[in-house]
Amino acid sequence: MSEAVAAHAEFEAYETPLTPESWGKLGMWVFLAGDAMSFGTLLAAYGAVRFGSGDWPVPVEAFGGVTLSSLMTFLLICSSVSMVWGLAAAQQNDLAGFRKWIFMTILGGALFLAGQAYEWTHFLHAGLGFTGNPYGSPLFGTTFYVITGFHGMHVSGGVIYLLIVLIKGWNGHFTGENASPVEILGLYWHFVDLVWIMVFTFIYLI
Amino acid sequence: MSEHHRGPSYGSIWWWLLGLTIIEVICATQIGAQLPKVILLVGIALTKAALVALYFMHLRFERITLLVIAFTPMLICGFLVFMLMPDLGAYEHKSEIRAEQAHTGSETDKKH
Repeated sequence: MSEAVAAHAEFEAYETPLTPESWGKLGMWVFLAGDAMSFGTLLAAYGAVRFGSGDWPVPVEAFGGVTLSSLMTFLLICSSVSMVWGLAAAQQNDLAGFRKWIFMTILGGALFLAGQAYEWTHFLHAGLGFTGNPYGSPLFGTTFYVITGFHGMHVSGGVIYLLIVLIKGWNGHFTGENASPVEILGLYWHFVDLVWIMVFTFIYLI
Repeated sequence: MSEHHRGPSYGSIWWWLLGLTIIEVICATQIGAQLPKVILLVGIALTKAALVALYFMHLRFERITLLVIAFTPMLICGFLVFMLMPDLGAYEHKSEIRAEQAHTGSETDKKH
């Protein structure tokens, strides 16, 4: 047995470009690929329904402008930057920086959700319902609430995920060489931002 | 991943994203022609998504495995949209007929 162990020790494992450096990161990417399919399907179905409809309203006009949604987009972009700065701080053993930037990311996500809650309330009062609206096709409201609601659920889950990592990492659990969980969290949060970029364009602007 | 990567700083990416968002909003509210507007907005959205994926998610510096995993959904979604095209054409034709009938005040019964 000792000869076999000695023989094994002489060989270095060859690492191909396909070998993931982190199984956690690979797992998150595989999850995000599946989630991207979910959003892609929703947006493709939205496109199919919209361009096959003869009375689809112009979103910018029906929503009364894009000021709030633009602000929400800006918030998520800022939260993506704070997330990546939080990761950099964690990797550089800067505990204060990690706490600050992850907190700012949580704040950005929470403000985004507050903006979405206000927007939904405003639209519901204006008559844009799930099954009917005064602007045109009934599916205009349906697709809006389903797609933005599905995205909002992801943001909510992301905020909870961020809180857990912030609390668990408050005393330096995720700094230095142990920053991989923060990087994995960052992947999820950037994905949420990326999806919103597409949702904002297709649902609000086009 | 503790090593510092080459490439633009996160701050400069933020400025790009902010600038592209402003351009998007201006295009959406100022451009009247639908086709140029759609092409421009989709192009800007894909550029922003690429910036987030490549620099914030570090895909630019990752191994090929992750690049393949990340881009596969794009291909499949593109295929999905392409496969929906024949149905889109059928719906559009039906919608045109309905719109025409509504305009002329026809009492033809619309059956699905």
